[in-house]
Amino acid sequence: MSKAIVATASLAGCFGCHMSILDIDDRILKLIELVEFNKSPIDDIKTFTKQCDVGIIEGGCCNSENVEVLKQFRKNCKILISLGECAIMGGLPAMRNGIPVKECLEEAYLGGPTVGLNSEKIIPNDDELPMILDKVYPLHEIVKIDYYLPGCPPRADLIWNAVVALLTGDTMNLPYELVKFD
Amino acid sequence: MSETVKFTIDGKECTAVKGQLLIDAAADNGIYIPLLCHMRDLVPAGSCRICTCKVNGRYMSACTTPVEPGMNIESNTAELNDIRKAIVEMLFVEGNHFCPSCEKSGNCDLQALGYKYQMMVPRFPYAFERRELEASTPKIFLEKNRCIFCKRCVRLIKDEQGRSIFAFKGRGKTLEINIDKKLAANMSDDLTMKAMNACPVGAILKKEVGFINSIGTRKYDKEPIGSDIEKIHQ
Ligand code: SF4
Ligand code: SF4
Repeated sequence: MSKAIVATASLAGCFGCHMSILDIDDRILKLIELVEFNKSPIDDIKTFTKQCDVGIIEGGCCNSENVEVLKQFRKNCKILISLGECAIMGGLPAMRNGIPVKECLEEAYLGGPTVGLNSEKIIPNDDELPMILDKVYPLHEIVKIDYYLPGCPPRADLIWNAVVALLTGDTMNLPYELVKFD
Repeated sequence: MSETVKFTIDGKECTAVKGQLLIDAAADNGIYIPLLCHMRDLVPAGSCRICTCKVNGRYMSACTTPVEPGMNIESNTAELNDIRKAIVEMLFVEGNHFCPSCEKSGNCDLQALGYKYQMMVPRFPYAFERRELEASTPKIFLEKNRCIFCKRCVRLIKDEQGRSIFAFKGRGKTLEINIDKKLAANMSDDLTMKAMNACPVGAILKKEVGFINSIGTRKYDKEPIGSDIEKIHQ
């Protein structure tokens, strides 16, 4: 059987979900027998070099670059998985969602208690910087998502069971302890 | 002597005192019907609808329906469980529930129902309404982002003179839970704990408690909500 090709990305996330992928311990040896990684921070491949079977994404969309990467993933992966609370519902970054962006930026760069060094009172506006969105969006509000794995981070066993079930076609083993939102 | 009645829930023969509320009668017979707003001995609110059952073929909330002889009740069916799951999902998108940063996480009834029904993602879009955190009373954080309007605090928490410390303000989209700051200033630690424990979610938190139980030791870490009821009668 040829290996399935997997891509991963962290958008507006903290890399905790990726850490949880590594938390499968020695099963990582089995994993590399099952899959080949393409674009992913795990192997540091920056751009897609072929069509992938599975894309696993942590983090929601908080800026224009996140949206672009997410759309690339949709184009290049047959199956897309939302990994973790941020991907599923915006997560902690989405705590800003009820507050207008202007207010957030002013608090972060002008009014907050730690902005002393910003003596010129600049809110970052370089063209190179991705544009911040009006709110943080769950992935499925931007592209079609096929599967969701909740948790902050999702338990390593949940990720492992899901990936193995997906690749082998077996029914997923989903014990009570594995579906958690924290 | 009070009259005993016989009825069935999902085909199981049950007995209860005539007039007892279906949700309590079910629990006494070892059957867990999910609930969020109901509390035994409080006047029923019937507001969350998560206990919806089919009673002789009609949808009824188990917390407002007294048992009658011969009632035929359906509760644990695919259809009803999907309705309940939908209610849980609605509550998740309607408030702002960031479980990873919530002190109630692991001990929260709403979250536990999300686990019970294996909610991987709500079917509805998130509202992300702006709501306030009321932190100005000495003992309580009132986190309005998480209130599910069960009215338990309003019904249960009173001062010595019987005055309500919590109350609703507004209607519909503007409905919010409020706390009487003057009365709250005199709340004892016991009453504060009572309020926190009555709140099914993390909307009422006692200050300086924080994340008191570690992950793995919390109420719903290992066992689904309702297990205690189902276990006693096995
Ligand atoms: S109240 Fe419950 S559902 Fe809401 S954030 Fe806290 S733990 Fe999660
Ligand atoms: S604060 Fe808690 S107990 Fe009071 S109505 Fe809201 S959810 Fe219910």
